[in-house]
Amino acid sequence: MTTLTGTGALTRLAFRRDRVMLVGWIYALTAFVAATVYGFKKLYATAVLRDAFATTVAHNPSLLSLYGPLFGRSLGSLTSWRDAAIGGVGFGLMSIFLVVRHTRADEESGRLELVGSTAVGRHAALVSGLLVASLASVAAGGLIAAAAIALGLPAAGTFAMAAAFTAGGLAFTGIAAVAAQVAQTGRSARGLAIGVLGAAYLLRAAGDSSGPGGPRWLTWLSPVGWNELDRAFGSVRWWVLALPLATAIATVTAGAVLAVRRDYDAGLLPQRPGPGAATAGLRSPLALAWRLHRPSLIAWIAGALIYGVVIGAAAKGIGGLLTSAEVRKVVANLGGQPGLAGSYRAALTNAFLAAIMSFAGLIAAGYAISAVLRLHTEESEQRADAVLATSTGRISWGLSHVLIAVGGTVAVLVTIGLGAGLGYAYRGGGGGAEVARLVGAGLAQAPAALVMAGIAAALFGLFPRASVAGSWSALGVAVLMLVLGAILRLSHWILDISPYQHLPKLPGSAVSAAPLIWLSVIALALGAMGLAGVRGRDIG
Amino acid sequence: MNDAIDVAGLRKAYGKVVALDGFDLTVAVGEVHGFLGPNGAGKTTTIRILLGLLRSDGGTARLLGGDPWADATALHRRLAYVPGDVSLWPNFTGGEVIDLLGRLRGGIDPARRASLLERFELDPTVKARAYSKGNRQKVALIAALASDVELLLLDEPTAGLDPLMEAAFRRCIEEERQRGRTVLLSSHILSEVEALCDRVTIIRRGRAVETGSLADLRHLTRTSIEAELAGPPAGLDGIPGVRNLDVEGNRVRCQVDTDKLDGLLRVLTGIGVRTLVSQPPTLEELFLRHYSGGGPDGDLAGEGPADAPGDGTADAERDGVSA
Repeated sequence: MTTLTGTGALTRLAFRRDRVMLVGWIYALTAFVAATVYGFKKLYATAVLRDAFATTVAHNPSLLSLYGPLFGRSLGSLTSWRDAAIGGVGFGLMSIFLVVRHTRADEESGRLELVGSTAVGRHAALVSGLLVASLASVAAGGLIAAAAIALGLPAAGTFAMAAAFTAGGLAFTGIAAVAAQVAQTGRSARGLAIGVLGAAYLLRAAGDSSGPGGPRWLTWLSPVGWNELDRAFGSVRWWVLALPLATAIATVTAGAVLAVRRDYDAGLLPQRPGPGAATAGLRSPLALAWRLHRPSLIAWIAGALIYGVVIGAAAKGIGGLLTSAEVRKVVANLGGQPGLAGSYRAALTNAFLAAIMSFAGLIAAGYAISAVLRLHTEESEQRADAVLATSTGRISWGLSHVLIAVGGTVAVLVTIGLGAGLGYAYRGGGGGAEVARLVGAGLAQAPAALVMAGIAAALFGLFPRASVAGSWSALGVAVLMLVLGAILRLSHWILDISPYQHLPKLPGSAVSAAPLIWLSVIALALGAMGLAGVRGRDIG
Repeated sequence: MNDAIDVAGLRKAYGKVVALDGFDLTVAVGEVHGFLGPNGAGKTTTIRILLGLLRSDGGTARLLGGDPWADATALHRRLAYVPGDVSLWPNFTGGEVIDLLGRLRGGIDPARRASLLERFELDPTVKARAYSKGNRQKVALIAALASDVELLLLDEPTAGLDPLMEAAFRRCIEEERQRGRTVLLSSHILSEVEALCDRVTIIRRGRAVETGSLADLRHLTRTSIEAELAGPPAGLDGIPGVRNLDVEGNRVRCQVDTDKLDGLLRVLTGIGVRTLVSQPPTLEELFLRHYSGGGPDGDLAGEGPADAPGDGTADAERDGVSA
């Protein structure tokens, strides 16, 4: 028996467990790129239109920061420009979720112990997790290439773009493998790897939006940045693909080495004893929930601060703009409304910040959903039983977690706004008034993010089994609508489903209270439905 | 109201799977009540309904005079629960969990907490993820026993404990009984049930198949008889309560319901008895028979693995005789 015995069986088991999830991920990634090609084909049908568009992009740091530089003027170039970074994040997330699910999360739940006691080698579980994630990246890359070629993109460039996606997915497969060894729970392993992914995105955002003489090399440090650096559809630099592949090999090796050095169910950090008695404050459901949420909320707020500062600093860098109608159009596509504020330049900065704040709203929704779903974890891990068998009522149990999710969501948004204001001010872009304006813009996202939290709460109360998949799918739909809605020219009837569609584009446009109030009422109603569901149903 | 727990005709189904099918259970105040049954018989479902975690589909359940679903929070101040599979927050120490659960229940006695920690030899500074199953069990037990409550609901509380800790647990339950507390103890460990319980209820496929004091139950068991007679055995077939009759020349082996024993003996002495070995009924035999399918009056009783211990003893004794 070698350390790999049983890998095949475990891999088949993983495919059986993940068949729905894998199809969902691969479909979403393929559809994302295919929809971009399709949308751009309609939006910029002629070379003249594409030329104008390319010129505006080249001089617009906000677009550079969001999507990176544009190499070439073909339909393929536009597609690759638009999708490289966001697609890279998508591939990264897929790899992280798959790897952690089959390694640390299974180890934490004890399933791996059962499997490991059979004729299965020491490395089998890790390798099968890596195989599943790698094959998913390869399959998604292959389908993206097939779809793009079918839609008329040239084969060589398409291959370069798809290969970069796949290689990036492999790099994050390895990074997740290391995170799964270092962290002790599935949750923290995912958090660690997603933190690396977020940092990679921000590195390339900072690098791409810096002007000549600025720290452009930052992009070269970012696994997400490598996706654009191979210049698919331009003069392709195939050797750039070696960077993610080398990263994948190095991190997978590191993961395998670390896996041997640690004990089952242990992280790399030694376990230290803790206090023998609870602090005086730990005496209510809310105190318990706070204690459970605190570490992840701190991590989210730290991430939010970094995101805000980087983006705020990038926004200040917006200069040397071309005042063309195309820029207006693109900025409008991004979600901004140029022209409402005073000068055009300020309007463009505002439009950029507004687009950034929309992303902030989605990020905050990610926090909100994960915080609400902790109720689901508590229930499925049977820790809810112990609490509910005390004089804690179901409503106070549910409400304790929901309140922290709400407070945390607001805190994440305020932090992003604060960070953006500070980053902006740091580059000399105004003082306290700007900070306050951006904090307000962040807060304006709260009603929509809380609607997403409300969806998670309602699902948990009424359809607990569907709550995890349902909540994250709802967020996925909101992300796709925001990113692709304008390109695809979707009907307003469809776009209006997303709560984000109804938010004011802040900073830089007029605020009307009605949609904010309506969204808050909807969020509240969904939350109330969820709690009522929790009160009426069986637990466990 | 003399009963701490009064359950009648309780029903609960999960989809098409029926967990409880008209289950009855009565536990008097101050009683230690054993709750037995094979895996999946409905013990945990019953306890979860009593805790108000599940809503029953039919029948009535009263707990400490209240409705376990509607009055859950008020009732929970008066009871403590130890689940069969204790799951703790991985980043909490054992001491923190004990304090937290005790406080959520309405208060914890620090002196009792300290003495229980000592008796169960638990280090409260260890993080929960580092505890073994037995130590997690101890955390839940200490949290429950250190609370000042009227009723303890214990779902296989000793499943992971070593024999020393099991003994400590028995002493604790004995003390609880002397303090007048009511205990519902779900268990598979027969010696534990025999040592601790005033009465037991056996549940099978969602129904109570037996309930009563241990003395009552012993009456329902069967005695194994092995005899060598003076003449050929005849007329044994028709005696009520006799089963597994095995005749070999003048030797007879059979089992008989304990309350029908004298009927058989009358016939045997009529023929003339040379030797007689009577194997007294054991609780284990009773439980195994219930677990494996047949009741004391069931037809399956003689065939299943239920009778394996009885047969084994008989074999051993026969070997002894022939040696």
